[in-house]
Amino acid sequence: MRKLLLTLALALIPGLLMAAPKGGNYMSVDVDPHDKQSLQRGAMLFANYCMACHEASLMRYNRIGQDLGLDDALVEQYLIFKPEQQAHDVMTNVMTEADAEQWFGAPAPDLTLYARRHGPDRVYTFLNGFYRDDDQPFGVNNIVVSGVSMPHVLQDLQGLPEPRYEERDGRMVVVGVEEATNGRLSPEEYRALTRDLTNFMDYMAEPVKAERERLGVRVLVFLFIFLIVTYLLKREYWKDVH
Amino acid sequence: MNQDGADKSRRRFLTAATTVVGGVGAAFLAVPFLAYWRPSAKAQAAGAPVEVDISQLEVGQLINVKWRGSPVWVFKRTEQNIDDLPRLDNLLRDPDSAIDQQPEYARNKHRSIRPEIMVLIGICTHLGCSPLFHPDSRPQGMARDWHGGFFCPCHGSYFDLAGRVYTGVPAPTNLVVPPYHFIDDDTVLIGEDEGAA
Amino acid sequence: MNQTKSGGLMGWIDERFPATKMWNEHLAQYYAPKNFNFWYYFGSLALLVLVIQILSGIWLTMNYVPSGTEAFTSVEYIMRDVEWGWLIRYIHTTGASAFFVVVYLHMFRALMYGSYQKPRELLWIFGCLILVALMAEAFMGYMLPWGQMSYWGAQVIINLFAAVPVIGPELATWIRGDFIISEITLNRFFALHVVGVPLAIIFLVVAHILALHEVGSNNPDGVEIKKNKDKNGNPSDGIPFHPYYTVKDLFGVAVFLIFFSIVVFFIPDFFGLFIEPPNFEPANPLVTPDHIAPVWYFAPYYAILRAIPDTFGGVVAMGAAIVILFFLPWLDRGRVRSIRYRGLSFKIALAVFAIGFVLLTYLGTQPATGLNTLLSRVGTVIYFGYFIFLFVYTAFGLEQTKPVPERVTMK
Repeated sequence: MRKLLLTLALALIPGLLMAAPKGGNYMSVDVDPHDKQSLQRGAMLFANYCMACHEASLMRYNRIGQDLGLDDALVEQYLIFKPEQQAHDVMTNVMTEADAEQWFGAPAPDLTLYARRHGPDRVYTFLNGFYRDDDQPFGVNNIVVSGVSMPHVLQDLQGLPEPRYEERDGRMVVVGVEEATNGRLSPEEYRALTRDLTNFMDYMAEPVKAERERLGVRVLVFLFIFLIVTYLLKREYWKDVH
Repeated sequence: MNQDGADKSRRRFLTAATTVVGGVGAAFLAVPFLAYWRPSAKAQAAGAPVEVDISQLEVGQLINVKWRGSPVWVFKRTEQNIDDLPRLDNLLRDPDSAIDQQPEYARNKHRSIRPEIMVLIGICTHLGCSPLFHPDSRPQGMARDWHGGFFCPCHGSYFDLAGRVYTGVPAPTNLVVPPYHFIDDDTVLIGEDEGAA
Repeated sequence: MNQTKSGGLMGWIDERFPATKMWNEHLAQYYAPKNFNFWYYFGSLALLVLVIQILSGIWLTMNYVPSGTEAFTSVEYIMRDVEWGWLIRYIHTTGASAFFVVVYLHMFRALMYGSYQKPRELLWIFGCLILVALMAEAFMGYMLPWGQMSYWGAQVIINLFAAVPVIGPELATWIRGDFIISEITLNRFFALHVVGVPLAIIFLVVAHILALHEVGSNNPDGVEIKKNKDKNGNPSDGIPFHPYYTVKDLFGVAVFLIFFSIVVFFIPDFFGLFIEPPNFEPANPLVTPDHIAPVWYFAPYYAILRAIPDTFGGVVAMGAAIVILFFLPWLDRGRVRSIRYRGLSFKIALAVFAIGFVLLTYLGTQPATGLNTLLSRVGTVIYFGYFIFLFVYTAFGLEQTKPVPERVTMK
């Protein structure tokens, strides 16, 4: 019994060692699928700021409502800005791919699964990584995506940070951003806001996460009972074997 | 190996306990596998109530809308049509809509909320074909009194303009009236009773 | 044996179908050695995982759409719009990895206790065939979500066939049915994944179990229990599989399900190993992800492939790594089965082999840097070295074994 547990536990270790490398130096963000307040704020931010160009074509508005405790009327009031869309629709946008090509040079990526593809840290760092770069078409650049082809849509909230340079191999490179002071929010408030948005995007990438964790606890409790019963049964029968 | 020292009752008890716990587990496990077959969020979205604008609907005209994948007819009856309805009563199987084929608010002479607006699911109650609309013309083989209605080409069932079935045809019951209500004078919402969330 | 004819319903059935006979032959009167240890859980667990995979797989098939434009979204549709679809998919993805965990441990047990030795050669060969079928099944299944990793993983593996001399490129095109991986490839892999290969696996599993029950189970002492029989003609060291091993395996099932559920409910992607992050991006034939790694259970063989500088040589080595398993019963000339009574060198060699296998698994998931390639070569030498060592060690009488007991021991 103890051997069994030990071996199975040991079997997990190589897995941990092999875990896919995170890559990049990203800021770290704590996402919490159980923090509904944060997710609600994030959902509104996403609908307001991201969905002008991006879509989340695998996510339904009313799923957000069900998971975060908003009824259809609230969902339609706060999350849906297109008259032709209803609560049960998926979160598509009106910008056509052709328009996107013309305005930004490429279609805006669908964001439904972005946080699961790249990890929430990268999303959070990206949102906090815009800086002024007058050589860029939108006047901004990003430390995560160099030459980013989108404007800094949260600029009036954050302000526009200046880049921080360091010398690497004789060249000046951008290593980070200074804190911006010319926005409507303080740096702390902006970080809290981007955390909410990141949290929402992480939720959207796997909406069932909170539910599966809740359910998982119950399943394990049940299996533990099953384990005890089967152990007693085995021990009883094996009294015959000498 | 010998069972001489075995405590038989304890053995029976533990076997039963394992069976019960295992059975409960199996039952719980069956839930996801069964619920998986229920209409998905996508199917429910496709089956959501449908708004129909009837401001352009002319007298005598029928429009066909899709609700839950089935044809739903919205038809504007003429005064003559409404007057004709009671005259057919003795030719019909269920002239007073006794059988539950309509919401309570449509259990009346004209099987509708407003006398002139008829809403029906266009699926024959026999085997599921969609009957044809015969507002004036007499369908083939119809020898009885006819003031317009619907004819199912699959097995020859006849219905009047309130979707009531004639006697002596394969279809057993009247056509189904779906739940619906009027949002305003010109808009009908099909698929939801008034006051439903 | 003591076939009691019973009346009633069972009697009626038994006259028409050997229900009681089969029950007795394979469970109630199948005598298994009484000294099975921890390592003997994995056979029944593999059977459990097979059932889990078949059930969850059938259910996934109900909503999966094998088309280039819809495969990816249909998987997310299952994850989001279908009630409980997420659970059934996570059971299936976790089950795929669990299958290999269980099967690799099951095989390692055979290496330790010499379960492949005479008279169990055919039993071992059926097992190896199951491994091959399982690999094919897993490879084709991994393509179905049609994400970037599905696409490029399949691209790389199928291109290995192109390295075959003369017919290579033609062969790769034939497998794909197209000039690149496309919907056509997806469709044939889908057919094989949901019908073809599972049928083969079920057939092989039945053959594996029939072969086992014909020759009888080995045990940690490597003693043939049929040699010592009691007055009823049953093995003295054997106990009926049912109820003794059914209750014991049931306990093993409970432990297994706990680990399985921890993964399904709390870490379904298993740190990017069971579901790799690039697979959350739809397949795109124009953009390769920056790091393509096979799923962990293919990693050891992938590491062997990359250890050989020449592509075709690598393919041959990878194939040989599987093929050599089939010859194990004839490579091991030793007459002592269990590691308990074998020579010290055998114990060391097997330990090194196990470490080498884990090392190769790790390396197969990592980028091919200079050091990693070097280590992969070391691992490859260890892998093949084990088999060569075993042959030389046993064929030339170098092994100094301990005396094997007459009867099994209870440790």
